[in-house]
Amino acid sequence: MNREFWSAFASNRGAVIGLVFLVLIIIVAASAHLIYPVSPWSMGNPPFQPPLAGGPFLGTDTLGRDVAAGVVHGARVSLLIGLVSSLAALLIGVTLGAVAGYFGGWVDDAIMRFTELFQTIPNFVLAVVLVAIFTPSIGSLVAAIAIVSWPPLARLTRGEFLSLRSREFVLAAVTTGQSTPHIILREILPNSLSPIIVAASLTVATAILLESALSFLGLGDPNVMSWGYQIGAARTVIRQAWWMSFFPGIAILITVLAINLVGEGLNDALNPKLARKGRG
Amino acid sequence: MAWLSLFLVRRLLKAAGILFVIVLINFALIRAAPGDPATVMAGEAGAGDAEYVERLRERFGLNEPLHTQMFVYVTNVFQGDLGFSYRQNQPVMGLILERLPATLLLTVTAFVFALAMGILLGTLAAANVGRWSDTAITTLALISYATPLFWLGLMLILLFSVQLGWLPSFGYESTGRDYEGLARALDVGRHLVLPVLTLGLFYMAVYTRLARSSILEVHEMDFVKTARSKGVSERNVMVRHILRNALLPVITFAGFQAGHLIGGSILVETVFAWPGIGRLAFDALIQRDYQVLLGVFVVTSVLVLAFNIVTDLIYTLIDPRIEVS
Repeated sequence: MNREFWSAFASNRGAVIGLVFLVLIIIVAASAHLIYPVSPWSMGNPPFQPPLAGGPFLGTDTLGRDVAAGVVHGARVSLLIGLVSSLAALLIGVTLGAVAGYFGGWVDDAIMRFTELFQTIPNFVLAVVLVAIFTPSIGSLVAAIAIVSWPPLARLTRGEFLSLRSREFVLAAVTTGQSTPHIILREILPNSLSPIIVAASLTVATAILLESALSFLGLGDPNVMSWGYQIGAARTVIRQAWWMSFFPGIAILITVLAINLVGEGLNDALNPKLARKGRG
Repeated sequence: MAWLSLFLVRRLLKAAGILFVIVLINFALIRAAPGDPATVMAGEAGAGDAEYVERLRERFGLNEPLHTQMFVYVTNVFQGDLGFSYRQNQPVMGLILERLPATLLLTVTAFVFALAMGILLGTLAAANVGRWSDTAITTLALISYATPLFWLGLMLILLFSVQLGWLPSFGYESTGRDYEGLARALDVGRHLVLPVLTLGLFYMAVYTRLARSSILEVHEMDFVKTARSKGVSERNVMVRHILRNALLPVITFAGFQAGHLIGGSILVETVFAWPGIGRLAFDALIQRDYQVLLGVFVVTSVLVLAFNIVTDLIYTLIDPRIEVS
């Protein structure tokens, strides 16, 4: 299965390129304190220095902070928030979806109503309101992003559980008297994992975009450097200093693109039938 | 048309139910906002003595039990009263209504642009599947899908306003020109181009991918093979048989998403200083004016609900298979 998985994954060229970039970004994020030991907040340089002008490599911002140092340190918070909030969304979404799909009936009705409610509320506005009211911090960002990201995962899980619920192996488990948690966690969940993994990988990409958008509006954690913050801080001087917002933006673009490509590769490798169809 | 009104009534009731819960969430958020509301209000009004705070508590019923306060709040919202902004010294509803047309102009234009371009590009890609034009369109969609839209807006300003000088970079219309009639419409139109591109590109990417895969799926179906074997021309198969069936789900999906463009408009309006409710929300955020922020939250939710009802309606009218029972 492993070899099969990798060969299917590797047959998607974009996915391999995405994976290479993603690994590089993770390495950079992990070793940010080695690459730029000085705090990204330190204003040790003259402000408004363009890139490759003798000063720091990617120039400095309005307060003389090194743009490149900000980009490297920003990778940490983007990946961290993207990953943790997606895990939280996954936990909420899969739990609700599994319960709804397994039990059906009024439980399903109630949970789906609840999900529908969260899909109706404009999710970006809700995230903004939540972070603003619970004051910006890594914790509130993660919570807000998770709260607006779980509904698609719940719907997907519910669909999988609904279709597997009446399959023979599940009925057999019920007949042999297995406990409900055992059936949900050990019988059905492993069999519905592939589409959930693919959807979760795409959730990470969306979460990173959300985090950067919130930080751009000034709702980032004030103690950590992030890409969205860099762009937001440089927004008003875009005419004089393009580099301050250009490089962090490219970093977001490449990261999100890499994750999306890996997600597509996972989709090809885990759901081979669907992949063929989608590609014609 | 009796079924239609019945359908509308049912949808409106459902929407009212959802709205009720949203308003409750809003009430909870107001209570969760930092600081005691009376103290915050007193601070905003510029007076902080205890007696004044007590008078405020009395006046706004903050001494009442929580469920009474909740009841009053919900009734107020359903009567169109979203509270009062002490920062701006105006009712929140008035502030929002004043700015709503600009936001609607921006989001509706961006939505139509995104849907039209998405369907066009998706169809082109599906018709040329595997060829270079397909690859080009798919790549464009993939990149647009990964671009943060606030950054895209800044880059478009750099290119089209700063470098090329073709288009204005901020505002709704030129100030101090006093254009009338058509000249004014053209002026607003020129200001609209970059915000619409910024807001629309991400959704264009979504609809392109969706249209492409939907068309490819219908492509394989039996009725298409039948049409082809009857000798219907390739062009006719595409237009009359495939597109008609493939685009319906795309349009429905897009309709249900339309409301979410309003969320994106907070970012776009901030970048382009577009005088809509998104910009209002950003200013409220900076000034910690929670009443306005939560007002925007309620109004955008209402807009999403309205968009959803319209989509449902269009869908039932277009697709004869759906019985409204």
